[in-house]
Amino acid sequence: MDQKLEPIVKALQEQFAATYEEFRGEVHVFVAAEQIVEALTLLRDKFDFEMLSTITASDYYPQRSPRFHVIYQLSSLAKNVTVQLRVPVNGDQPKVLTATRVYETANWREREVFDMFGIEFEGHPDPRRILMPEDTEGHPLRKDFPLGYEEPQFTFNFEEIDLRKPYAKE
Amino acid sequence: MTQIEEVNYEQYRHLVSERAFTGETMLLNMGPQHPSTHGVLRLLLELDGEVIVNAVPDIGFLHTGVEKNMEAKTYLKAEVMSDRLDYMNNLGNNLAYCMAVEKLVELDVPPRAQALRVILVELQRIASHLVWIGTFGLDLAAMSVFLYAFREREQILDIFELCSGQRMMTTFIRPGGLWRDVPVEFETAVRNFLKIFPKRVDEYEALLTKNPLFLDRLLGIGKLDAATALQHGVTGPMLRASGVKWDLRKARPYMGYEQYDFDIPVRTEGDTYARYLVRVQEFRESMKIIEQALNKLPMGPVRSDNRKFVPPPRSEIGVSMEALIHHFKLWTEGFSAPKGSVYSAVESPRGELGVYLEGDGGPKPHRVHWRTPSFSNLSVVPKLVKGHLVADLVAILASTDIVLGDIDR
Repeated sequence: MDQKLEPIVKALQEQFAATYEEFRGEVHVFVAAEQIVEALTLLRDKFDFEMLSTITASDYYPQRSPRFHVIYQLSSLAKNVTVQLRVPVNGDQPKVLTATRVYETANWREREVFDMFGIEFEGHPDPRRILMPEDTEGHPLRKDFPLGYEEPQFTFNFEEIDLRKPYAKE
Repeated sequence: MTQIEEVNYEQYRHLVSERAFTGETMLLNMGPQHPSTHGVLRLLLELDGEVIVNAVPDIGFLHTGVEKNMEAKTYLKAEVMSDRLDYMNNLGNNLAYCMAVEKLVELDVPPRAQALRVILVELQRIASHLVWIGTFGLDLAAMSVFLYAFREREQILDIFELCSGQRMMTTFIRPGGLWRDVPVEFETAVRNFLKIFPKRVDEYEALLTKNPLFLDRLLGIGKLDAATALQHGVTGPMLRASGVKWDLRKARPYMGYEQYDFDIPVRTEGDTYARYLVRVQEFRESMKIIEQALNKLPMGPVRSDNRKFVPPPRSEIGVSMEALIHHFKLWTEGFSAPKGSVYSAVESPRGELGVYLEGDGGPKPHRVHWRTPSFSNLSVVPKLVKGHLVADLVAILASTDIVLGDIDR
């Protein structure tokens, strides 16, 4: 592990009983959903992590608990290190506390995670969808959401398929 | 005739002031089809006369589900989608994706491929900034710069066409190196460009930098301080115009950027004019990098010879049984990446372009996430435009250099 990261991971381990994994030189620290805001605050105030690069999630369907990992990628400009926090979340009614009060960029990033994975962020000031239309059903990046496709039309079934194709008609 | 639905403003109640609903201020839609939104961005503006009280960006009109689509393709085939994200920075996106794949499967890139990658992405950076300077001028009613900028951009696209046969969606950078070596004419073409371009940048500057009309529109408009920028995850020229010297090419060098001598332009004013100056300076810095890389371009292969991940060259397939097997396996089944996730970031013309790539042991990625710079950079715009005129919004939006394909993915 990068020497600059050792005290950071140690502090997280002591305060939040966090575990960590290393892969290809990157450090992924696992934090419980209730403690994520405190962990982010600690990293921002004590360890100069000025920037939250991104928030995303990963779906491990059909595994139920934890089904999702919410992933926080943090950068420190002063120390030039990065660390990743991962929050395991259960499959039914997934919920995490919002990080908008710690990093403002979390506002849009969390809206995207909500939009794509249906993970709710408690206390979010603007919990709307961000990329998909408001009336979308389901959350597209979940693994149980099918990838869409278009039926190919041939001469013999052109009209038949045309009738049920979802595009604008006069 | 299809019925046009009334916009339901109730859902924006918590984002605009109460005065909008009593009729004191006006709600106005700008976009999604508006020439100065650089794509399909809709902005809901709350206006008090001509002064902006609140701005609510509405994005997603260009959402094409790239992340979902990539999950359904093998690592090699998924790369094709990366060109289509930020359509001003195609090769940069290729590089970000390939670096993530190379990190995940531990693949080395030969030195010649690294140097060529640097030349190509720096050319792409210049091309992207050229589109920006053109449209920036266009938004501020300086029509002529656009015509000149596109003339030079054409020259860069010709170089890309020379290498890959494609002007924009090249997919030229591949995991493990490049698709193929550049042709012999490449060096002359790049050198010709380097000879002409410094004078052309001087011309743009003569047209804009000290133009009093231009200055009136820009000075002191849309001020962004460093703390707010970092809070919003703003990166790239926008962050550097706010006084933070942060460039991933210097901070975490990749592809041998540490060998090249170049500066990071920084301004402290944080206004639209500072962003303009930073980008113009970046033209010159990119040229420096290209020239150095071209001068010490090493010879050698342009693709890793790890046949488990990189397809063999065409010439081997006819004579080697193993090469044929590898070719067949790689283009049908694809290679399997280990279980685990990596995050790798590059400095795109707009800022930190990161790829989160997760493998599950199979030939398709489990999850690809694009941390796109425009997404963060746009999220700060509502703060910048408050209290400014609608005309200034156009200048501020143009100075952020957003690409909607990059935001909506």
